[in-house]
Order: sequence, then C-alpha cells, then structure tokens
Amino acid sequence: MKARGLYLHFPFCARKCSYCDFPSYSGKEGFMAPYLEALLKEIGSYRENREKYRISTIFMGGGTPTLFSGDRLAEVLDKCRECFNVDEDAEITIESNPGTVDLEKLLILRKSGFNRLSIGLQAWQDRLLGFLGRIHTARQFEDAVLTAQKAGFDNINADVIFGIPGQSLEDWLETLKRTVALNVTHVSAYSLIIEEGTPLYSLKQKGLLGEVAEEAEREMYHRGAELLEQLGFYRYEISNFARSGFECRHNLNYWRNGEYIGCGSGAHQYLNGVRSSNTPHIEAYIKMINKTGNASVSSEMIDKDQEVFETLMLGFRLTEGINKADFQKRFGFTLSERYSDKLAALRQEGLVFEDDIALRPTPRGFDFQNHIALTFLD
Amino acid sequence: MPSPRQQKIRNFCIIAHIDHGKSTLADRLIEFTGSVTEREMEDQILDMMDLERERGITIKATAVRLVYKDDDGEEYIFNLIDTPGHVDFTYEVSRSLAACEGALLVVDASQGIEAQTLANVYLAMDHNLELIPVINKIDLPSAQPDLVKREIEDVIGIDAENAPLVSAKNGIGIESVLKSIVAHIPPPSGDEDAPLKALIFDSLYDNYRGVITYVRIMEGRVKPGDRIRMMATGKEFEVTDVGIFSPALVPTAELCAGDVGYITASIKNVRDTRVGDTITHADRPADKPLPGYKKVNPMVYCGIYPADGARYDDLRDALEKLRLNDASLMFEPETSVALGFGFRCGFLGLLHMDIIQERLEREYDLDLVTTAPSVIYKVVKTNGEVLEITNPTNLPPVTEIASMQEPMVKAQIMSPAEYTGSIMELCQERRGVYKTMEYIEGTRVLLTYELPLNEIIYDFFDALKSRTRGYASFDYELIGYSDSNLVKLDILLNGEIVDALSLIVHKDKAYQRGRMIAEKLKELIPRQMFEIPIQAAIGNKIIARETVKALRKDVLAKCYGGDITRKKKLLEKQKEGKKRMRQIGTVEVPQEAFMAVLKLN
Repeated sequence: MKARGLYLHFPFCARKCSYCDFPSYSGKEGFMAPYLEALLKEIGSYRENREKYRISTIFMGGGTPTLFSGDRLAEVLDKCRECFNVDEDAEITIESNPGTVDLEKLLILRKSGFNRLSIGLQAWQDRLLGFLGRIHTARQFEDAVLTAQKAGFDNINADVIFGIPGQSLEDWLETLKRTVALNVTHVSAYSLIIEEGTPLYSLKQKGLLGEVAEEAEREMYHRGAELLEQLGFYRYEISNFARSGFECRHNLNYWRNGEYIGCGSGAHQYLNGVRSSNTPHIEAYIKMINKTGNASVSSEMIDKDQEVFETLMLGFRLTEGINKADFQKRFGFTLSERYSDKLAALRQEGLVFEDDIALRPTPRGFDFQNHIALTFLD
Repeated sequence: MPSPRQQKIRNFCIIAHIDHGKSTLADRLIEFTGSVTEREMEDQILDMMDLERERGITIKATAVRLVYKDDDGEEYIFNLIDTPGHVDFTYEVSRSLAACEGALLVVDASQGIEAQTLANVYLAMDHNLELIPVINKIDLPSAQPDLVKREIEDVIGIDAENAPLVSAKNGIGIESVLKSIVAHIPPPSGDEDAPLKALIFDSLYDNYRGVITYVRIMEGRVKPGDRIRMMATGKEFEVTDVGIFSPALVPTAELCAGDVGYITASIKNVRDTRVGDTITHADRPADKPLPGYKKVNPMVYCGIYPADGARYDDLRDALEKLRLNDASLMFEPETSVALGFGFRCGFLGLLHMDIIQERLEREYDLDLVTTAPSVIYKVVKTNGEVLEITNPTNLPPVTEIASMQEPMVKAQIMSPAEYTGSIMELCQERRGVYKTMEYIEGTRVLLTYELPLNEIIYDFFDALKSRTRGYASFDYELIGYSDSNLVKLDILLNGEIVDALSLIVHKDKAYQRGRMIAEKLKELIPRQMFEIPIQAAIGNKIIARETVKALRKDVLAKCYGGDITRKKKLLEKQKEGKKRMRQIGTVEVPQEAFMAVLKLN
C-alpha cells in the first residue's frame, strides 16, 4: 500500500520571529485548548478510512508545537495511531524551540513515540538571535539539545539561517561548528528571505535593513556546505544536511512529490491527486471544523502535466535527483524522450548531469534551482 | 449682414493655458445656462475621454450648444467649441478657431499669460476673432488681476479694462462672461441661400452612425437626404442626419449658415472627413473651398510592437480603430530583428504619441514595447537620391551619405526673468541658436530660439520645467530643415547590434549619449546566467562599455512546509516576468529598456 506523510500544524508561538511569514501567532494562547480539540476532531475524521491510509512519517510543525504539554502532544500522537494506519517504524518528528522543552516534557514525548526532534537555533550569536526576534539564547539551545539526548532522542535536527544582515562568514561557520559539536544528526540551513508582511520587510522598506550582498550570501552557503561535509554531513537537498541514514524522511517525501495528509490551520495536503489547504486563521479553523468537520479553503486537481512539472521542480532540489526508472514507472515515458532539448541546455549551462540511475543537479545547479525548474515550466 | 436668426447666435471658443481653468469655465457656462440637466452634469463635461479627464487636457475638440436668456428675456444660442490646448494639436486648434467669431481668453489671475496661450492668441488674431479676456481664479490669495490685465494689454495689445473677473471653480462672475459674449462677439453672417460651405473642425467615429462630422456652416444650408461632397478628398455621401450638440447629439431639420452642428452620412472612415476640409453639395457645389485646409503630417515617429508577438493582429486592429478617429495618426508595418513584427507610427508630437500608446494599452488591453521616438531626417545620398528617414535602422552606410539634414523648430519660451540664465544654458546644451528676447511687464521674458526638433522630443520640456521650478511655458513650430553633422549610434548587447535601440544623434552628442544609454541599460537589464557586455558604437568604433555581471544564484531555499503550490506560484510569477522580457540573442531585455534613451538624467 502507498505510504504517505502526515503533517499536523500548531500555529502558536511565544513570540513571532521578525522574519517569519508562516501561519503562526503569538498572543492567541486562549485558543490553544479549543484548537487542539478541533485538530483532534479533524484527525478523527479519517478514522473510518483508517486502513486506506498508511502513514510512514508524521511531522508536527508550527509555530511551536512544544508550547503544548507533553501529555497533550502524546494524546495527539495516540489519536493519529487510532485514525491512521501508522507504520511501526514511522519517523515521528516534532518541532520545538529552546525554552519550551524540559526533561520531563521530552521524556513524555520520547516515551509516547516521537523519535525525531527538530530544534530552532538559527544562529549561535545572541545578538543575531535578538535581531531575528528569537526568545532564546545559544546557551538555551545547547541545554535543549543535551536534555533531548538525555531523554533518549538520538535523531535531532537544528534549524539555522545564513545571510542575516550583520552576520559574518565567521559567525556562520561558528554556528555550524558549535551545532555539529553537540552531536545533532541533521542540519537545515536556510538562506534568510525577507518576506512581505514581516517586521524585517518593513525595516527593509524603510531602508533600515543592511543589504547582504549576493556574493557574501553565496560564500556563506558554499563554505557552510563545505564545512558540513568535512564534519560528516552530506547535502541531500539544497538546504538540508544529514549524517548518512538520518535524512528527514518526511521532507524527502515532499521532494519526491509523494502524497501527504495535512491537519490543522494552514496545513497543506496532497491526497489522491488533489492539492488543498486549510484556512490559516486559528478562529476560522476552529469554527469550520466544529461546524462542518472540514477547514479546507483551496483545492486544486493536479493533472499529469502539472504532476510532471512538480516532480521535476522538487526532484532537482535533491542530490539524488530524479530517479530515471521511478520517473518512467510513474509517468510512462522517460525524461530524455520528452525533454532532450531542455536537458541539453541545462547540461550545457553546467546545471544538471546524468548518470545511469538519475538526472541530478550539479553543485552549481544548487545555486540555480529556479532556473532549472523554469526551464520545464511552459 | 447677419440675418435676424443669425443675430441671436454667438460662436466662440475658449483659449487658455493648461490648468488655467478652461474646462471648469466651460462647465460653469453650461451649468448657468441650464443646458445640461443636473444628472448629465459631470465635471468637465466637454472632456469626454477618460484620458482627457485624467490628464486635465483636451485632446479632441468638442462642441456644445447653450441657450442663454438675457435680462430682457431675449434668447441667444451660444455654440461653445472646445479646443485642444497643446502644441501637438495646433492645426486642430486653428480649424476650431476658424469656426468661431470670437474667443474667451482665459488667464489665470496669479500666473499671467503663458507661451501656449500666446501662440493660440496669435492664431485667433489671424482669424480675426474678437477676443474677450477673462481673468480666472480671482479667489486665489495670490491673484493679481490688475497686473494680469496690464500684462494682457501690453503683450497682446487688447483692452482688458472691462475683462470679467471670475472664479470658475466657485461660480463667481459667470453671468458677466455671458453678457460679454452677447455684447462683444459678433454674430455669424453668411448667405443662407448660397451654395453650401461647411467647415469640418472635428470628426469622430461612432460604431452605429459611422463618422460624425463636426461642422460650422459658413454659407448655405444642409439637411438629411442631401448629396454632399468633401472638397479636398472629392468623396461624396448622402446625408443621413444633421443636428446640434446639447451636448448629446440632437437631430434637427436642417443646419443653416451660422450654425454649429453635426452631419452624419454613413461615412466609414475619418480620413474622408479631414479636419479643415469644406463640405459642399454635390449637385450645387461651391466654386471654392474655405481657405486654410492642409494635410497634417507627423513630426515624430516611433516603433510600436506587441509585447507578445502573437498579438500583432490585435495591435493592427487597434491602430486601425484609433485611426478611424484620428486622421493624423499614421502607421505602417515594420519588422525589427530585436522586436519582431510591429508598426512604425507617426505622431503630431510627443503628447500625441503618449496618448496613442496609452489608449492602445488601456482601451485595447495591449502590452506594448515602444522604441525611442525619432524625427524625420533627410539624407542626400552620394548618387543624388534623397531619403526621408523615420527609423534610424534605415540609415544608409556612411559611405553612401553625401549630407544629412534635420528638422528645426522655432521655440518660444516664456518665464519669469530670474530663470533666463538657466533657460539659455539649457537651450545652449540642446544646440539652440538664440534669436530674440523680450521683456514683458519687466518681470517676465519671452525667449525665442531655433532648436533642432530631435533635441526637444526627448525630455526638453521636463528639463525646462525643472530648471524654472515649473514656471516656464513653451511652444514651438516647425520652420524647416538644416544641414547637420549626424551619426547613427548603435547599441550592442553581448556583441550584437540591437536594431531597435539604434538612434540618430548629433556627432558632438554621440559620446555622452552613448555612455548614458549604456549606463541606463546596465540598470535596467537584470543579471542573467552569464555576463552581458553592453556597448555603444558609432560604426565600428566602440565609444562606451558597461557590463551586467552574471547572476550568482537563482534559488528559493525555503521549504514552505509542504506548500508546493506557493513555490509553484512564485516560479510562475518569475516566468511571467521573463515573458515580459524580450529575448535578444541569448539576452533577456525588459521592455522599458527600449525607451531607455528617453529616461536619461
């Protein structure tokens, strides 16, 4: 049976970070209890079809899911097992921020079945953490990692950011070194994007934000990737590095253009060929679920052409690239049959290469992912 | 001698500088005489087109009939003919003036006379129009009506002692204007039984009626069923309808000498009803047409291309439709290596060009790429052949050119005296030749220069405005061609000449302009996967070079938590952006780049 991912969204944060444009809110703690009830209800709606949906990864993201108590989170996970056919060896991840997890909570989580913990660090320098609007210090991150390990988490991811105004190359490399030194197994390294509607964006509009030169940003990326490889991590996706065997299976499923179910406000889903999403507003979500059992506000049937494009758009983000046999099996034709000109142009530009197994991005291809994807967009 | 019927008619127009309140005054006159019901009354009723309303200018002349009852209960018919207020449309103005016996000269009480006004005043005087000065905006704190009156007397030489003082905006003094019209503007005359002579002062195309011809009947009479002939084009039609403007078209039994009204005759094309032409009867023609008709010729040309090559036919259809309404718009197909299939279009001036472009984009929903405007150069080849060049690309090789000529204009600039120095400096930079300077009222100057037309079509007016803090006004007329040392300036992207960017410039200006264009293009052309050299060249000689550095990245690193749709949308947006670019060789060039030469400085 087809294995799918399951994403659950927790839209609450102690404080909203200055760069964050995700559907997450602070100051709405009053809605936490009714929200969880609604979420459990949405999960519950799958129970009658339990055997239809085999789940191999669960990802509780946010926001900061760990603002909820360990017991309540365990309750949500139990509910998932009750309503979906969850694999024995499923990867079960929860996102957290330093300052929201202690040993007691982590022990509960670990015991209830969570086996992967993702912790937001972003930068090792407290002045940068302040600029980003983070609620914690580097020291608190360190505590969180050590505590998690004590609680039995041996698969830990750290989220880090480069290209922050005021961040030097040294700051960046220090962040990576210190993080890896804590024995994490996975690093997500994102380039800072100033998104519309965020506090950083208004600063930028007012001309108060220092520009990060493209050259400097790329140097951080290249030097960071180099350092991580020296430290035994390999880049399996543009922004994701892992020790072998610790790649995030949940995210890999996105990039391989697999299907997933999403529950909670703002959650996206790709199920039976339809992409849909829930309302990002907490109150609306609670109301809709309680009224109709459904909070979906958009849906789009993905036809074959779109599926092909999405497979390419996502697949070229991965070091493994696009597996030729899998592609042919999925679509009934080979990549080189349909795209020989486009692939030739991309090879010419030094962005992709082909071997017996797959078509893959070159190291330069990682810098020009959009260009590769656009080549296939008509 | 005017007939008793004619005694009760007054035909007039309003002359004013832009912003001096012409349209507002017209609105008040209409309102005061109750010619339009409340519901129909919209501000600036004569400025029909959206564009006119937005820009606050009048593009096409329009007319309206007002009925005024004086204190003795006598009814008068006023025909107010609205005239365009821009130098591009001088000829249309002159035809509107020819349809009138008098004109209101509206002058802003705080600004005084402007160059534009003066040009139109002289035109009105040429037509022996009775001028009534009207001092507007007297409610402004900065109003100086007495000074402005003296200025009118000094500069124009007409009595302004009894000029009505009005505020069109606030409805002050409107009745005194109406009384002055009755008292001072002569009624029309003209033999109602003579062979028909009707002056066409405007025409517009209507989907249902065909061309609606705006006329002033100078002699004779016309009614539905008459067979008429256009004296310039010789075309004949049968009149389907005649009537007056209220301002909606209201049919009447006939139009007689002295009347202003419209004629429809199932005419398919405005080119058959040229402004300035005389309409007469086919079976009883006038022996001579009315004086003053001329075919207007474009002064400025540019290439217009559809941004999306597939819409070439739509662009052609749109241009054809616009030409139905605008006899002065010229276009013919051309092709460009860089831009594909499009049209070389001729305009009366830059404003006319702007208006046409905007109407194409707005009314026909077209996305356009336009090239920098060019004037018409004359080239004498070594074999004696004379060419008229409207597209720089068509300039023959240097070895075949014996000499070149460029169009010259006489420009009149009016400004407060303190800016004289800056204006002279500007004219100097633009290769102007100083002619005369006159002081007006001791505080203002009227400067006359001869300037090459190609020096004023880009940004002369903007430069003039900025150097005089907006106080200077400007008017020009074409005075002929003179020999000039001109060269073709080419722009190369990635080593290849982009034909649509070539332009003809004076040799002394070529280096400066080449450098500025290269710099501007560097700003406008986005970084791409490879480095792009931009060069400016005269013949084989490179005179400027800039480089667009290669992109270092084009990647969205973020994983939007399974929100694949968002990622896809961002890519689609990026793709849209690319589609709006022109692919020239391997280089993607944004559409604005082709107008880059216009936006230097």
